Amino acid sequence: MASAFFDEMGSRGAEVRQAYRTLQAWLDETPTEILTLRRDEAETFFRRIGITFAVYGEGGDPERIIPFDIIPRILEAAEWRQISSGLLQRVKALNAFIADVYGAQEILNASVVPRDQVLLNETWRAQMQGVAVPHNVYTNIAGIDMVRVGPEEFYVLEDNCRTPSGVSYMLENREITMRLFPDLFARHNVAPVDHYCDDLLKTLSSVAPRNCIGEPTVAVMTPGIYNSAYYEHSFLADQMGVELVEGPDLYVMDDVVYMRTTQGPKRVDVIYRRVDDDFLDPLTFRPDSALGVAGLMSAYRAGNVNLTNAVGAGIADDKAIYTYVPKMIEFYLGEKPILKNVPTWRCSEPGEAAYVREHLHELVVKEVHGSGGYGMLVGPKATKEEIGEFALRFAAMPEKYIAQPTLALSTCPTFVDEGVAPRHVDLRPFVLSGADMRVVPGGLTRVAMREGSLVVNSSQGGGTKDTWVLKG
Amino acid sequence: MLSRTADNLFWLARYMERAENLARILRVTDRLSLMPSTVDADGSEWHSTVVVSGCEEGFYEKHEEATPENVISYLAFDPDNPSSIRCCIETARRNARAVRTALTTEQWESLNAAWLELPGWNEARVRGSGLHRFLDWVKDRSLLFHGGTVATMLRRDSYYFTRLGTFIERSDNTARILDVKYHLLLPEHAEVGGGIDYYQWAAILRAVSGYRSYHAVYKEGLKPWLIAEFLIMREEMPRSLISCAAEMKDCLDKLGEEYGQRNEAHRMAGQVHSRLRFGKIEDVFRQGLHEFLTEHIAQNDRLGVEISRGYLM
Repeated sequence: MASAFFDEMGSRGAEVRQAYRTLQAWLDETPTEILTLRRDEAETFFRRIGITFAVYGEGGDPERIIPFDIIPRILEAAEWRQISSGLLQRVKALNAFIADVYGAQEILNASVVPRDQVLLNETWRAQMQGVAVPHNVYTNIAGIDMVRVGPEEFYVLEDNCRTPSGVSYMLENREITMRLFPDLFARHNVAPVDHYCDDLLKTLSSVAPRNCIGEPTVAVMTPGIYNSAYYEHSFLADQMGVELVEGPDLYVMDDVVYMRTTQGPKRVDVIYRRVDDDFLDPLTFRPDSALGVAGLMSAYRAGNVNLTNAVGAGIADDKAIYTYVPKMIEFYLGEKPILKNVPTWRCSEPGEAAYVREHLHELVVKEVHGSGGYGMLVGPKATKEEIGEFALRFAAMPEKYIAQPTLALSTCPTFVDEGVAPRHVDLRPFVLSGADMRVVPGGLTRVAMREGSLVVNSSQGGGTKDTWVLKG
Repeated sequence: MLSRTADNLFWLARYMERAENLARILRVTDRLSLMPSTVDADGSEWHSTVVVSGCEEGFYEKHEEATPENVISYLAFDPDNPSSIRCCIETARRNARAVRTALTTEQWESLNAAWLELPGWNEARVRGSGLHRFLDWVKDRSLLFHGGTVATMLRRDSYYFTRLGTFIERSDNTARILDVKYHLLLPEHAEVGGGIDYYQWAAILRAVSGYRSYHAVYKEGLKPWLIAEFLIMREEMPRSLISCAAEMKDCLDKLGEEYGQRNEAHRMAGQVHSRLRFGKIEDVFRQGLHEFLTEHIAQNDRLGVEISRGYLM
């Protein structure tokens, strides 16, 4: 059964892959009791620091810890070179696409992407047409979800161009691994990730609005402590040494954004906002939003403040638009895509919807606008009843869905109740774009802790791993 | 710093201080209620505890009688009482979470640990000798937070707002304890006072960790007017009204220096402090101890409002 999947360490019986040799030897010499002890230590550490992920509306403790698997995932230098060049290429094209659709719309005029897919999309923000953003960069922080199915085969599963989260786990996981296993860490030449927050601040400072004078004042904007990613918001603000603001801390006067401080108003230039478009400004978007700031959009358009990621960036990470990314890369960059897309059926097209309807049991079907693993069907894992139920919802509104084949996600050795066993993983690296582009060597590896499960989302009980990129 | 951050720091310190004060008061009450019935003849100790904690109205909406069980349940655990120990710790931790970046690791961990351990305490576990273990636990958590604050926080605005919260709450609390028992401290009472009052006087001191300190300062037996003086005007006593006032004045002065501007809160803090600094305990008794304390509590409240208006909004 396990042999049907590519194991990154090397399936049982097969030869251990180069990157994992030291780890394998270490696992062989380390008794299970030590691993258990270390895992408990890690959990205590996460609880004490308060690294929690809030899951609401499901009962139980709302502040949960994402299970942390103590065994690192290891990528070779050469593997990472391929991934990172592919990431830079892809995010460059995504930014070009967003700039284009809110500007000249060349890609629509050339009919490479159908006009309706963009202009009738829920994530389309007409308010952004003709708004200039610094360096023409819309998604300053992008998280690209990738999976691996073979030694050389990486696929991009999903682009996250709005408010991708998880980078704090990448950093904290490294911190805890170095603390728990200094000996193991020292035996590897692992590329550091600690400079991510410096890079982030550089990126944010490089996209100051056009009317900013001098060094820009940067702030992180959070919906508040009840947001599932609140820990990350406060972590990033802390690491960058900038204020963590909520909507009510800000106000707009004469198209300038100020924060309320103990010494009176202070002007804010760049807001790394982790609040969705719809809630940013009750005057422009949802009037009932208490999370936003009245007049923020007007200050944004006036060039007095920059919002990152840009409003409307979601047009590039829509699951239907996803299918066009390889074409975007060719259209804007004239290059062949380095990273592959997963073949995808667009159910808005009747022929493809019909195929999907017939093959629900073997496909993964997702809502175009969904996220977090909610409302998706994993055909091969679903019961007859679940498929029947899903078929009804699907038939009512097929255009809401896309479908992909069930990928044979790679597995990594993971410490679970049964001992060390293979579990499926994915990878979310983070790409920063401002005046320059940067990607730190690593990312968030998410792991499905249950045997055979392919769902790695933390909202669905997935865990995380430290991700090591070896220096070449 | 953000006004909201300063506000959260101010209030989380207040809530931790309030939790500690409640624990102190409950402990003393419990001790008194164990005394021969002559000390607490009408069982009014538990009632006056409710009064000291400022929860009289809410308590009697829910309970008919101030029995030990009712009072402990309401003051320690009731989720409907925003000033219960449980709510204080929960609110402090919620505030802390909202401003974690302004806290040191030690401060955060002390608050987070308190919050994590809190669900382990409940009415059943504090029956009998469990009560003291619980109250000690509360006091320890609070002292750990104070210690973490003093030992690790940078001496700048965030520190001064945190300390302001602590002292404004402490000042209010000491004044309330005194006020509920003020009739016992009037000089004329000394003549009629006997053994019963002695325990009451001792209880007042114990509630503010002042029993042994009193003896160290006065080197004589408990005298009601000296107890009043000790808790109102002695600067060596860290929970006295004057100590709290001096600390607040100091914090505000430092803020004034750091920000290069002063406001109404500075004037008020100076006024509160000098009234205590240059007043005489005889004058306090002449004015009426109760009147004096009522006035002090009101002034303390106004100072809180001015701090809030000057910085936190």
